Amino acid sequence: MAMDSNGAVETAADVRREISSLEKAKAQIEDRISALQARLNSYGLEDGSEKTNCSAPPPAEDLFSGKLSADMIYRYSRHLLLPSFGVDAQANLLKSSVLVIGAGGLGSPALLYLAACGVGSVGIVDNDVVELNNLHRQIIHSEAYIGRSKVESAAAACRGINSTVQIVEHKEAFRTSNALEIMRKYDIVVDATDNVPSRYMISDCCVVLGKPLISGAALGLEGQLTVYNYNGGPCYRCLFPTPPPTTACQRCADSGVLGVVPGIIGCLQALEAIKVAGAVGEPLSGRMLLFDALSARIRVVKIRGRSSQCEACGENATLTEQQFCNFDYEKFTQTPLSTSPLKLQLLPPEARITSKEYNEINKKGEPHILIDVRPAHHYKIISLPNSLNIPLGSLEGGLPEISAALEVNKAGDNSRDSSLYVICRRGNDSQRAVDCLHKMGFTSAKDIIGGLESWAHDVDPKFPTY
Amino acid sequence: MRLTLEFGGGLELLCNSVKIHEVNVDPEAEGNKLTMKNLLSWVRTNLIKERPEMFMKGDTVRPGVLVLVNDCDWELSGQLETVLEEKDVVVFISTLHGG
Ligand SMILES: [Zn+2]
Repeated sequence: MAMDSNGAVETAADVRREISSLEKAKAQIEDRISALQARLNSYGLEDGSEKTNCSAPPPAEDLFSGKLSADMIYRYSRHLLLPSFGVDAQANLLKSSVLVIGAGGLGSPALLYLAACGVGSVGIVDNDVVELNNLHRQIIHSEAYIGRSKVESAAAACRGINSTVQIVEHKEAFRTSNALEIMRKYDIVVDATDNVPSRYMISDCCVVLGKPLISGAALGLEGQLTVYNYNGGPCYRCLFPTPPPTTACQRCADSGVLGVVPGIIGCLQALEAIKVAGAVGEPLSGRMLLFDALSARIRVVKIRGRSSQCEACGENATLTEQQFCNFDYEKFTQTPLSTSPLKLQLLPPEARITSKEYNEINKKGEPHILIDVRPAHHYKIISLPNSLNIPLGSLEGGLPEISAALEVNKAGDNSRDSSLYVICRRGNDSQRAVDCLHKMGFTSAKDIIGGLESWAHDVDPKFPTY
Repeated sequence: MRLTLEFGGGLELLCNSVKIHEVNVDPEAEGNKLTMKNLLSWVRTNLIKERPEMFMKGDTVRPGVLVLVNDCDWELSGQLETVLEEKDVVVFISTLHGG
């Protein structure tokens, strides 16, 4: 027994444990060195002057003679032992390339599995940076990467898992201007985006270039999954020729999402990509998987086949690369490609005040009523003191309550009418509410520009945002 | 005619957040048949509590809603003309776009 530098008692067992943990770390480092050695060998004699062809399948000339290197046999042994997968499917994987568009909730697990399983080359497209409120579901990113590019973060995680896979970083938004150039180099596409125009754009691009599309989506407590444009199956437009109304397109940032739900769908996307790349099983084409987390139910339904009327892939469709480049997906879907939230301009300037102005009014003690029109479960997260929660959806039913509150204020200070202010999360619903209040005769109602987000930004930096 | 109706992908919010409805719908007098067209108008009248435009457009479902009759896309069974039978399960699901 001995004392270590911190004064704690150290036993022989402690030392043995430390040795064994260091031995383990040593073994891992050695594994990594041998994997890198194998990768280096594949560059042959061109010592250091390797080509920068991004889409090149992984090294190992052995592949082409139908054999895997010793390191690969060891790394992928559990795949090779599967009678229905085996050496052939693994060799197919190693030769294939997959493009994952979106390194968020769906892309995180999809990328981790695609890198781990030995897909030859994995491309990652994203333009966002990692934020703290991503980490509950975007499990590829870690705290150390907050504020940094999601693509860099995801690429580092993938390389950490499998240094033999080629990881290609596309730190840009996927748009018609770069879509063809990026996608052309890959065999399979995974749509892990979060908005409607991207979904139409990615599907059309896959039709133009003839790539199978593994499409997943998740929101709240539900997820959906299918494979488009595969083996004569339908494309996204075959199923949804007309975009949905914008009011039907909820976003995770507004409606919420249970982290594990996109995780499950992202894992299933990796699975479908592996089946297509490995040429095994029956990919989910012509069928759609619907996942309901709350009731723990998975339903697989049969969907229509390729539509002869489809404007992208139908009999008379003539979607060319040029037409694709010129198509305005934002206009078609009435939705911006960027995920930045809507900034509504509904009211005239005289019906609006800034959060700083409201702060002054409050500090001076001017009599007023503050109505918070967010849904009750938002109000529960955080609210301003002395605000009255009347959700936008039940505003009409809340009118008597507003009148009563105004009366009470009036009784306290008879000299003048008290003012009516309306706040919400970002300043959109508050404008809709004020517009409605004006029509109902509450002509003095004003909205607080930018809502609680601007309050946190301009008045009280300690006020929580979500 | 007893049917099971399910709403998902956010459409349940239009029916008091209830996803599964066990219902009894009377067939139309002529031919004693119940088509999807009849069922849609019945649903609109009896189950949809708010924003009907989020469920229907014209006499059919709005763009972005998939209709499944016994786990099969209604495109494959005749859409509005699909004839329903006792104990059929009809699912209305809004496509999701989040990720
Ligand atoms: Zn199509």
